[in-house]
Amino acid sequence: MKSTRPVFAAALAMLGTAGAHAQAITGAGSTFAQPIYQAWADASKATTGVTLNYNGVGSGAGQKFVTQRTVDFGASDAPMSPEKLASAKLMQFPAVMGAVDIAVNVPGIADGRLKLTGKLLADIYLGNVTAWNDPAIAKLNPGVKLPSLPIAPVYRADGSGTTFVFTSYLSKVSPDFKGKVGAATAVSWPAGTGAKGTAGVAGAVRNTPGGLGYVESAYATQNHLTTTQLQSHDGKFVHPTLASFAAAASGADWTGAKNFAVDLNDQPGVASWPIVSATFVLLPTNPSDPAKSGAVLKFFDWAFTNGDATAKQLQYVALPASVKSQVRASWKTLGK
Amino acid sequence: MDVTASQALHPAEASLPPVPARTPSRGVGDRIFALAAHSAGYFVLILLGSIIVLLFWGGLPAFRAFGPGFLASAAWNPVTERFGALVSVYGTIVSSVLALMMAVPLAFGVAFFLTELAPGWMRRPVGTAIELLAAVPSIIYGMWGFFVLAPAIGHTIKPFLSSTLGQVPGLAVFRAAPGDASIFTASVVLAIMIIPFIAATMRDVFLTVPVIFKESAFGLGCTSWEVMRSIVLPYTRASVVGGIMLGLGRALGETMAVTFVIGNTNRISPSLFAPGNTIASLVALEFPEAEGGSLQLSSLLALGFLLFVISFVVLAISRTLLVQRVRH
Repeated sequence: MKSTRPVFAAALAMLGTAGAHAQAITGAGSTFAQPIYQAWADASKATTGVTLNYNGVGSGAGQKFVTQRTVDFGASDAPMSPEKLASAKLMQFPAVMGAVDIAVNVPGIADGRLKLTGKLLADIYLGNVTAWNDPAIAKLNPGVKLPSLPIAPVYRADGSGTTFVFTSYLSKVSPDFKGKVGAATAVSWPAGTGAKGTAGVAGAVRNTPGGLGYVESAYATQNHLTTTQLQSHDGKFVHPTLASFAAAASGADWTGAKNFAVDLNDQPGVASWPIVSATFVLLPTNPSDPAKSGAVLKFFDWAFTNGDATAKQLQYVALPASVKSQVRASWKTLGK
Repeated sequence: MDVTASQALHPAEASLPPVPARTPSRGVGDRIFALAAHSAGYFVLILLGSIIVLLFWGGLPAFRAFGPGFLASAAWNPVTERFGALVSVYGTIVSSVLALMMAVPLAFGVAFFLTELAPGWMRRPVGTAIELLAAVPSIIYGMWGFFVLAPAIGHTIKPFLSSTLGQVPGLAVFRAAPGDASIFTASVVLAIMIIPFIAATMRDVFLTVPVIFKESAFGLGCTSWEVMRSIVLPYTRASVVGGIMLGLGRALGETMAVTFVIGNTNRISPSLFAPGNTIASLVALEFPEAEGGSLQLSSLLALGFLLFVISFVVLAISRTLLVQRVRH
């Protein structure tokens, strides 16, 4: 199977002739993907001979750096538009997926107990629903004793891929949110307070009785945050688990999306967690050093084959096998 | 009193023998040193100038797009690309001025205590402690403010002030607002951060007052406070104001500690207990994800330029105040 990939063959041949075992590649961008890329880099070094030097500088900076060709690959949580990819001569493929959880701090309410919908979240962040005992919340949660406490929504104050994913979801389920706020890495929030970084959001929620915030699932699990259920596209309430994230990924239409820029939010399927996104790798289509691009692909090929267990450990969701083979097929076009 | 003081200031100069005329032949070392000193001086000017020009140049697209309205607009919306400086300029000035109002009296008390009241064995350890406080990294203040101070203020000072002063009509600044992060919290953290700077400067300059002045005043029957008010403060006024300005400068530009506790919200609220924003924290937060060449990036650079202008204006005002007072 490997021999059908000319770039690999070329890269391997080059490695062979150079006689070098270690090839250093540099990547920069998404902080969301940084833990998994670093774990993969440590695990793969011995077998692939590729050392990855990854800088989590933020998705925006990652796009900037790879466009300027100062790094061998860029990493971005938000997919780049086809026009921008073309003008910057970049190809794009997903590496791994992650989900966003809703963390809450409501006195007397246990982890996974509260049920919320996307529309309700949009209304909370728009400032329309301001108290925990609002009838809209009470209706979804019969039997749960909701306190008369103001809701204190917390958002990421720093530009962030997580904010992009979350606001994309809210814009998708609430036309009101789409019109008033929209989706971006940083938006103009009508209500709530901002905190720096995922840890800042989690800390602010924990500090404030009545707090509500959105955090990456991996972080929420590792830090045992109190999370909520969300209503899936098909109307059932689901818990944030690896199974419900994977269900969302497998329900998506990967073949129809250009450059794999598939929107994984609010996917159909009874068990699909509604806020899921892929994080993307950006690679020059006209590499100045094809050997380096070959090494980048070698790294991700290793990750696709051997990296799923590490991903699971860190609460990321591995790509479905069918998507992996599509991505591998897209690599063949590189350098042609 | 003033006359005698100014005469007494330069007793050494009067008694100095006339300086012999300089011989024109100077060594190579002298010339090299002169050149080095000159270039060091000019380098600072060039550096400052180029920073201002670069910030202005970077912010130019934003100034062009929004015109003078950039200063008056409260919008900051990366989605629709509408940007304005009003909220962050307001937050920067209010939080810094409030911090100064809390820090100056405390810092003065510390310096007064250390120079006039404290027993000799205490002065050195307490003085060193103050200097160490100035060396604490701002991220530490930020984390402490976030985890300890913000909840503490939210549970004590906020309910107290909002249930008393906040009920007075017209004093909406003390009304309660949800959440612990606020401009008030940021001011308290800033005040704690700048107290060591101001106190250390004050202590050092209070110590420069010639003992003979103070002893004379004590001899006339003045109390410690009278000596401080009539002898020490007038003598050290320029340096004291300088120290306060140093603190204000730090407060205006402080980024990390403020980011943790101010709530980072782009809204102007009448209440000091509501979250806000400052120029430095907004720039630090949004700069990494701002796309190259975007209006957002340009607006952030324009904000940086404005911060420069604000610092400059503050400095200029303090200078003029100083000159007027000294003449007086």
